[in-house]
Amino acid sequence: MRLEPKPAPSLTATLAYPVGALVVTFFIASLLVLAAGANPLSVFGLVLKGAAGSQFALVETLTRATPLIFTGLAVAVAFRARLWNIGAEAQLYAGAVMTVVLGTGALPLPAPILLPLIAISAALAGALMLLGPAILKTRFGVDEVVTTLLLNFVMILFVSMLLEGVLKDPMGLGWPKSQSLIAEARLPRIIGNRRLHYGFVLAIACAVAVWIIMKKTALGYEMRAVGHNAEAARFAGMKVNTILIKTALLSGGLAALAGFSEVAGLKGNLTLDLSPGFGYTGIVVAMLAMLNPLGVVIAAIFVAGIFVGADAMSRSAGVPSYIANVMVATALLTMVTAIMLTRFRVRWR
Amino acid sequence: MVEVTPPDPLRGSPSPQGGGSALAPTVLRLTSITKRFGPLVANDAISLDLAQGEVVALLGENGAGKTTLMNILFGHYVADEGTVEAFGKPLTPGDPRAALNAGVGMVHQHFTLADNMTVLENIALGTEPLFAPRFRAGSARDKITRLSGSFGLEVDPDRLVANLTVGERQRVEILKALYRDARILILDEPTAVLTPIETDALFATLRELVADGLSIIFISHKLHEVMAISDRVIVLRGGKVAGERQTSETDRRELAALMVGQELVPPPVTPAVRGRLLMSLKGVSTDGGRNPLRGVDLELFGGEITGIAGVSGNGQAALAGLLSGTTGASAGMFEIAGSSATNWSPSAALARGVGRVPEDRHAVGAIADMSVLENVISEQYRSPRFSRRGFLDWAAARAFAEQVIRDYDVKCPGPDARIRLLSGGNMQKLILGRALDSEPAIILANQPTRGLDVGAIAYVHGRLLEARARGAAILLISEDLDEILTLSDNIAVMSAGKLSSVSKRGQRSIAQLGELMAGHGEAAHAA
Repeated sequence: MRLEPKPAPSLTATLAYPVGALVVTFFIASLLVLAAGANPLSVFGLVLKGAAGSQFALVETLTRATPLIFTGLAVAVAFRARLWNIGAEAQLYAGAVMTVVLGTGALPLPAPILLPLIAISAALAGALMLLGPAILKTRFGVDEVVTTLLLNFVMILFVSMLLEGVLKDPMGLGWPKSQSLIAEARLPRIIGNRRLHYGFVLAIACAVAVWIIMKKTALGYEMRAVGHNAEAARFAGMKVNTILIKTALLSGGLAALAGFSEVAGLKGNLTLDLSPGFGYTGIVVAMLAMLNPLGVVIAAIFVAGIFVGADAMSRSAGVPSYIANVMVATALLTMVTAIMLTRFRVRWR
Repeated sequence: MVEVTPPDPLRGSPSPQGGGSALAPTVLRLTSITKRFGPLVANDAISLDLAQGEVVALLGENGAGKTTLMNILFGHYVADEGTVEAFGKPLTPGDPRAALNAGVGMVHQHFTLADNMTVLENIALGTEPLFAPRFRAGSARDKITRLSGSFGLEVDPDRLVANLTVGERQRVEILKALYRDARILILDEPTAVLTPIETDALFATLRELVADGLSIIFISHKLHEVMAISDRVIVLRGGKVAGERQTSETDRRELAALMVGQELVPPPVTPAVRGRLLMSLKGVSTDGGRNPLRGVDLELFGGEITGIAGVSGNGQAALAGLLSGTTGASAGMFEIAGSSATNWSPSAALARGVGRVPEDRHAVGAIADMSVLENVISEQYRSPRFSRRGFLDWAAARAFAEQVIRDYDVKCPGPDARIRLLSGGNMQKLILGRALDSEPAIILANQPTRGLDVGAIAYVHGRLLEARARGAAILLISEDLDEILTLSDNIAVMSAGKLSSVSKRGQRSIAQLGELMAGHGEAAHAA
């Protein structure tokens, strides 16, 4: 089997392959649903209903999508410059820690000042989290996949230590959780008392901002150039290491905003189960979106919808909600294959 | 068909010197080979006969179909139509072993040797059974010694390939083919990496082989070599046989016309007008890299082209890196327009007015997956012309891309086309346009025409001469001695990281330059 590059893919192909990927995904998932003894069409109907069938469902999906948009953007930005940031999980927790440090009463400020201040500090904390691996990469050639991945575990243990120590809520009945945020440090809800909060709006704004950076600014151009061919970028006079450091700061900051948004918008305090792997799922989201910042929003809502919908479906249809994991994983594989097929022709011989 | 059993190469066949007579049996016959890649017809009904003891030159530009034809012969591709016969027997299509077993050996342009093994091991590699209890080095060594003795292929079988010169490596490749009892030898651009002296030695070896009854296909695009070594020339153009001539009955001019399809007019070279001193190196050395500079002196003046001849891998990359800004000088004085080049980097080089055409246009000169538009601004996107407060002005960039496409005759679908889809010549024109548009005072042209077709070469040469006419100082680094001799007002030769003294146009003969390329003479020049 050999791969031969194709000339520029047509628009039809660019659209047809991802759609084909989703069809294949649902086909494969159908086989599992059949094995579980249910009717695939009704199961997928229930998933759709659970994800978007009511205002409640939709709000739940968008709420779940919010952190995924942030981590997806973080990964998309970094991967575009070929900075393999696998550490969005650690950066998320860095942002969350900063949020509770500043938001539990240390700064008695009004909300319009306090919230932006916390958001910026959280982003800085995440940026610093990725700065280390980025410097190790640019100065000493240390593989950032290893350093960022391992930092995830370091960070989780560090948070665990904080929650058992200095950040532990004295009124928490011994549970490892932080004090609750003061009211001024909470992101307001968007629709009445529904769980959807202004973190979602911030996420959309970030997606648009990242899109503008990538498309319109010199920095975005540099990041893409470095990602495609660092050697040629350096020859053309770009400061490749500086660009990688800037990319790392941006990526780490975006991932940390996921932590800020979850704590300030939803949970109100920090626990060790703040993130069920949002950092890792962000990689899936970014890949599904083909690293396009606006695509990240769609991909995050799609992934969140499948998880939320599958939860609802499993309650009524009796098919385990793990089907959601299978569907997301399959979608990733088929999508990556589809992207490859739009760029290469497979020859068998 | 006459059957010829491959004889032992050492038996010393009495075949007449020069070969190619009508009486000699045909050993290889390709009959109307056609190969299509989608809409492209790479080989269009190409037929080729090779007689015993004959040297046939396969002449053609890049993309003429030479490589495709050889890939079909060696079973890497299956022809859509046509047959291949060796020694009267058809070869199984698509079987790479068929040609080898039939006694056809190939010496590739890029050597296929393992650096960490000895000559002996490299030659025996693949001929010994995989699970033999022990390697019978004795008999292999005897055979290699006999072969190298009879054909002037001196090389010590016990040396590590890593320590061999390029010429010696090529001898090992030829020995490898002979060791497998090849009776037909195919040489793909064998002189591309050789000095003139090594080329002469290669030709002497080839004559010995032919005298012994071997047949040779010599693939090249260098006319004088084809004239020197071949009995018969087959010219390919656009996948077709454009002509076939007995070498004794043709000349370079006719072959060039056949190859290109039109008469070639060399670019007019006006007398040089020496301008200001624009760049000087005094005793410059570089650190790191595989072939650093060791005490190089060089001056570039406006209005002149200075050619650096030499076999690649002798420090040219370091010299080019110095001018491009990717390498700094570790010792010595490096001045641009009279002031020291400090804080040296690619952007500093650009700011000081150095226009750069890099050696590897695919990996360094362009970002293949980005568009023409994005590539053309890569050196100046920070200038006020293309960006304001960090935001790029894509409209200005597009206008610039369209201007370069127009002014430099770049054939492409438009500014949004990915560079990857451009031909080598068009990619080079684009890089040339990017480098020359700002009218740089100093121009580095590193192998500017390697792999280009004759039309594109003439275009690049014309543009460099234009820049010279407006007073730019041009450093031309090339392995192609013809190119150096045609364009350069001053010539220096690079060997083992050192640069010879500079000679004026016509001062040194080709033989003298060849001596310098081989590292002889002027040993005391650079301390």
